[in-house]
Amino acid sequence: MIKMAYTKRFDGRAFDELRKMKVKIGVVPRADGSALFSFGDTIAIAAVYGPRPLHPQHMQNPEKGVLRVNYDMLPFSVTERKKPGPNRRSSEISKVIEWALSPAVRIDEFPNTVVDIFIQVLQANASTRCAAINAAAIALAHAGVPMNELVGAVSIGKIDKSIVADLIKEEEDYEDGEGATDMPMAFTSRSNKLCLLQLDGKISGEELKEAIKAGEKACKKVYAEQKKALKMVKE
Amino acid sequence: METSNITRRRITEYLLEGKRFDSRKLLEYRNIEIESPVSNKAEGSAFVRIGKTEVAAGVKLGVSEPYTDSEDLGTLVTTVELSPLASERFELGPPKIEAIELARVVDRGIRESGFIDFNKLCIKSGEKVWTVFVDIYPLNDDGNLIDASSLAAVAALQNAVMPKYNEKTERVEFGKWTSKKLPLTEHMPLTLTLHKISRSIILDPCREEEDAQETRVSFAISPKGKDCMINAMQKGNESALTQDEISKMIDTAVEEWKKIYPAIAEKIKKVTAR
Repeated sequence: MIKMAYTKRFDGRAFDELRKMKVKIGVVPRADGSALFSFGDTIAIAAVYGPRPLHPQHMQNPEKGVLRVNYDMLPFSVTERKKPGPNRRSSEISKVIEWALSPAVRIDEFPNTVVDIFIQVLQANASTRCAAINAAAIALAHAGVPMNELVGAVSIGKIDKSIVADLIKEEEDYEDGEGATDMPMAFTSRSNKLCLLQLDGKISGEELKEAIKAGEKACKKVYAEQKKALKMVKE
Repeated sequence: METSNITRRRITEYLLEGKRFDSRKLLEYRNIEIESPVSNKAEGSAFVRIGKTEVAAGVKLGVSEPYTDSEDLGTLVTTVELSPLASERFELGPPKIEAIELARVVDRGIRESGFIDFNKLCIKSGEKVWTVFVDIYPLNDDGNLIDASSLAAVAALQNAVMPKYNEKTERVEFGKWTSKKLPLTEHMPLTLTLHKISRSIILDPCREEEDAQETRVSFAISPKGKDCMINAMQKGNESALTQDEISKMIDTAVEEWKKIYPAIAEKIKKVTAR
């Protein structure tokens, strides 16, 4: 049997086409800032609280503010129920999101404080950490936290031999040909720097460089959506 | 103790002149020693020393239910415990983010390379499969725990044999081994972590150098025919990278891997042979 190369995507999108993005700002009125971001049927909401005094006090940094991210998924956001509460995966993702957002946030002027970002994935179809970062960046801006720039994230994949943007679950699980390589990445919007990069799969150095270039392009599209939504906020 | 700001600055300045405190080159590893076994009760085990950094890793096998989306594949569980035995910086208690991230980075390198042949770890499709437990214990932290832990894990796997399984009672007879080795493939991964300190890129930092680091990128790379493939990556820490910087890091990682891999792979195989 001859296996078909991956030349047409499961949902018919072009290789560099992202799913339809949706942004809603102020979804958690209680929070200092909040946003919903979705890539098709992957939906994440983020709420920002702070800068506020950090407790317990011994965790305070007298030189600058601290950014603290908590990412999690609702138990019913996935096919098989996810046990509520933090696990190893969510701890790691929280940390890499924190690292991704840090270069953009200017909380060095707020010693002893914390900016808390709470993120929940409501519905998951791959790329949840990317949707989470996109929602969080908008929520930070909405909260009025001083920022140098925004951060946009997209998952780039190498499916068989093709480089594609914004993976869905079926693509992540693709096994034919060269299989699937998943590369979530994030770029800062103005300085264009890579602030998140993870990878799992099988890829050569040259292909990886190509994927990162595709990621930079894709993140620009996210940024355009984020900016458009933020401009509509009247407060 | 925390590395002082003055030491960090001095390390940074030195590196810009191409110098390191221990007179190594920027991309030079410390001496790597591998020993096996650590424990004759383990299915496989190994010690790795990179300079003064020391890590022990052990493999135990268990039987469990497969995941519903891969009913005839074995499973892998990787844990790292950062015991206060290894450093005054570590504390007792449930694993913190450092240990969790370290375990997950090591896990992905092994899993994604295809080093373990999970197809051969099925006992009864949909009901019983082997679970490979890789437990990693740093015994002395002098930097570069990611590379050392990955190396120790791979060596322990290479050393592992299958325990006896009683078909009648459907239980493992622990303490009794078969002559069969844990099914592995030729895609043995090796993890290299590049650390960026100001404009310098270094490999294998000692503790103080690692403290001066602004960002790190780990690459798990395994052989693919005559070439190699990148199986897992993780960018750690806050500082962001330009396209040029990351491209250079990818090239450096692949180049350095090609230089050191053959000797290390051979050493692992030699040391872990039974």
